[in-house]
Amino acid sequence: MQDVIIIGAGVIGTLIARNLSAYQTDVLVLEKNLDVGDGASGANSAIVHSGYDPIPGTKKAEYNVRGNAMFDQLSRELGVPFRRIGSLTLAFDEEGEQKLSELLNRAKQNGVPAEILFGYDAIKEKEPHVPKEVKAALYCPTAGIVDPFLLTARAMENALDNGAKLHLGEAVTAIKPIDGGYEVQTPKATYQTRYVINAAGAYADEIAKMMGLDKWKIIPKKGQYFVLDHFGPFVKTVLFPLPSQKGKGMLVTPTTAGNYLVGPSSSIEESKDDVSTDSLTLAQVKEGGAKLVDQLPLKEAIRVYAGLRSSIEGGDFVIEESKPGFLNLIGIDSPGLASSPYIGKLVAEMAESRLHLTKKKNWNPFVSRIKLANLSLEERAKLIKENPDYGEIICTCEKISLGEIRQELRTSLPCLTIKAMKKRTRCGFGKCQGGFCQARILEEIARANGKKLEEINYGFPDSFQLKEASK
Amino acid sequence: MKKTVDILIIGGGAAGLGAALGAVEAGAKEILLVDRKNRLGGILTQCVHSGFGLKVFGEELTGPEFASRLARKLAETPVEVWLNAFVLSISPAKEALISSRDGLYQVSAKTIIYATGCLERTPGMIQLPGTRPSGVLTAGLAQLYLNEYGYLPGKKAFILGSGDIGLIMARRLSLEGAKVLGVAEIMPYSNGLVRNKVQCLDDFGIPLYLSHTVSRVYGNHHLEAIDLVKVDEEGKIIQGTEEHIECDLLLLSVGLLPNVGILKNAGARIGESKGAAVDGSLMTSLPGVFSAGNSLHVHDLADEAYLEGIEAGKAAVNCLKGVPEHRTMTPLSHNENIGYLVPSYYDESYLGDLLIKFRCRRPKEKCVIMVIADGEIIKTINKISMLPSEMEIIRIPKKLLKNNLKTIEVILEDRL
Repeated sequence: MQDVIIIGAGVIGTLIARNLSAYQTDVLVLEKNLDVGDGASGANSAIVHSGYDPIPGTKKAEYNVRGNAMFDQLSRELGVPFRRIGSLTLAFDEEGEQKLSELLNRAKQNGVPAEILFGYDAIKEKEPHVPKEVKAALYCPTAGIVDPFLLTARAMENALDNGAKLHLGEAVTAIKPIDGGYEVQTPKATYQTRYVINAAGAYADEIAKMMGLDKWKIIPKKGQYFVLDHFGPFVKTVLFPLPSQKGKGMLVTPTTAGNYLVGPSSSIEESKDDVSTDSLTLAQVKEGGAKLVDQLPLKEAIRVYAGLRSSIEGGDFVIEESKPGFLNLIGIDSPGLASSPYIGKLVAEMAESRLHLTKKKNWNPFVSRIKLANLSLEERAKLIKENPDYGEIICTCEKISLGEIRQELRTSLPCLTIKAMKKRTRCGFGKCQGGFCQARILEEIARANGKKLEEINYGFPDSFQLKEASK
Repeated sequence: MKKTVDILIIGGGAAGLGAALGAVEAGAKEILLVDRKNRLGGILTQCVHSGFGLKVFGEELTGPEFASRLARKLAETPVEVWLNAFVLSISPAKEALISSRDGLYQVSAKTIIYATGCLERTPGMIQLPGTRPSGVLTAGLAQLYLNEYGYLPGKKAFILGSGDIGLIMARRLSLEGAKVLGVAEIMPYSNGLVRNKVQCLDDFGIPLYLSHTVSRVYGNHHLEAIDLVKVDEEGKIIQGTEEHIECDLLLLSVGLLPNVGILKNAGARIGESKGAAVDGSLMTSLPGVFSAGNSLHVHDLADEAYLEGIEAGKAAVNCLKGVPEHRTMTPLSHNENIGYLVPSYYDESYLGDLLIKFRCRRPKEKCVIMVIADGEIIKTINKISMLPSEMEIIRIPKKLLKNNLKTIEVILEDRL
């Protein structure tokens, strides 16, 4: 019998797995998609919120602030890009200023460092790109940006390196209680486990329902975004409008890769899978983003995307052991990414106290990688001499070498799809969107996994990029 | 590792090969040509159709044939070629950082010719509405998969945009047994060469939907269908005209963009062609740095990119004697009937003729092109018809251009 099964390999599931891998226990992560982090963890604002916005006393407020504080160490250990760039919430009139002082109050109650800056001149010191009409801004220095793709992938890899297991492309179809635990069924196998952690994101309500718990209903809320190319200097802080009923509003932010995001919209959806974008909403996003900066260079847009927030009625996170040995994480929407390090730790401790686990003595918290962009020219030259693959640039937009691609194909975390490689290395994330490098990437993935080219998926199951050999 | 050369050519496609051969012909000795791929020819190697070489060799060749002929010519010269080598950066002082399997090189050049080709506009750039499944590809990537890898990316295809690569792929896919359901073009006229429309669509009975676009992509994992809609004169979608079309492949042929990343990072000014702003000698705003081919402006024919490369090669050799201390930079302007023109400036210190290349903004019939220098008409050309898909080239002999010119204007008007 397995000790723990985690359902869902998003940022929450993988960080729980990483924390549990520090104990002497068998952990298995089941993921329906072909890669980790292909749900909301891979389509969000990539922001580590400071925590001024959640209502004081809620789990969201507490976990956001605690999670935020853990990012420096976590990103160092996992080699994940993270920068504490601060955020500015902008007000353009007196009513807005009033709202800012309420937010400042909330920030204080939540234990978030914050101050209000008055007047364009003071605000432009922090962010030169704000519009001249800005009256005041709430400045939160602890807000940051992170690479959510790598956070999820490296957390999983670190868990795997420490003995956890991951099965990709295996959706859970049934769960039933058995003596001393649960039986978890997928189309491929039946597993017996002492403990189940439901971290299934948008599908967490359906997993809970398999155990007869039907009190939750996920209401998917779609957010649509523009991605701008790394065209040169632009905003250097996260810019928010005043929050409303709908959420934190449409923001403009840099990413850890030097790109910029504009979004998200917010609309309630029926489907948990439909991440389509539409022109009308994107026009609204454009309008929203344009209010926060003096000039929004949308001609630099290289991609649009949408993600689905796993929201529930009530609005706070649900993290509870609903039945002995069956733990549910429901409604982990924003600030889920910022809270994820703390949730990972908390849930691992909940499982530990139920299962009476002991810590490993030789747990390794580190993931290491060669990244050319971080090396000096001398180091880079030396590396190419040792392995010429690091001299051959495959992705010319993001300047990623064959060596860096092959490195990802040698780790404990499988890299099975074009999208997975894109998330690991940024190949295909640039202006040409893979036009120049995708075929080479496809070849490398196929070769490393011992597959034919037509067996490689773009991203999700049944998304083969090539259909058949030509005549 | 360090290296010094007279001329560094970035890119080994049609324009880069032209630049190298032009420079050799003009007497240059130390030339280094680098290309990111493992062979010369750039995009030509995936263009297995014919239509290349008519202007350069006077016969019709396929892309690979055209490329290999040029590469063979190059092999007879002392030009040093580095393959699988990528230029990471260049500086205004003409220092280049090059990464290759042999190591990391700092190359110091007297002149640089930038000929890196172009890239395709992507679904993201045009904000294609709907989902982002597999099966939505740029036409050029599909061409690579089919012609170099031997794989069909789909069996039931629709093509958005009537650019030449899309038209050529319509024929290729049909010949390979895929069904091509149609081509949608948002403009009221085709954007490809006339010969391509006739030979690739008409001959295969593939419908061309003018004033149409794709309003939605369906399929969360793989492409399942698209909505085809009519647009009005302003290009706005006409509600209620949606036609739902099931397909497993959507190719985009919605325009090409000069690939200027490294040049832009070095501080070169960008012109209205979206390539570098150059003078009549194809020199960019960085003295001693030239640009040619599709990275300067998108050409219809590889032959033209090659010939432009030759011009750049010769100009670069001329520049080895010394970069002009004073560049006059007379601006070239045009009226609204012209989409863009190259060059952006005229520098009188360059002794060659002035070649003006441009595209009309919309199709025109019975029209006249006038070149006006400081208010004086120096050239008039009558045209029966003009299309945006066909580049116009005017040669202004050096002797027609006076010194100290303030303005040069190109006017395209209806003939009365």
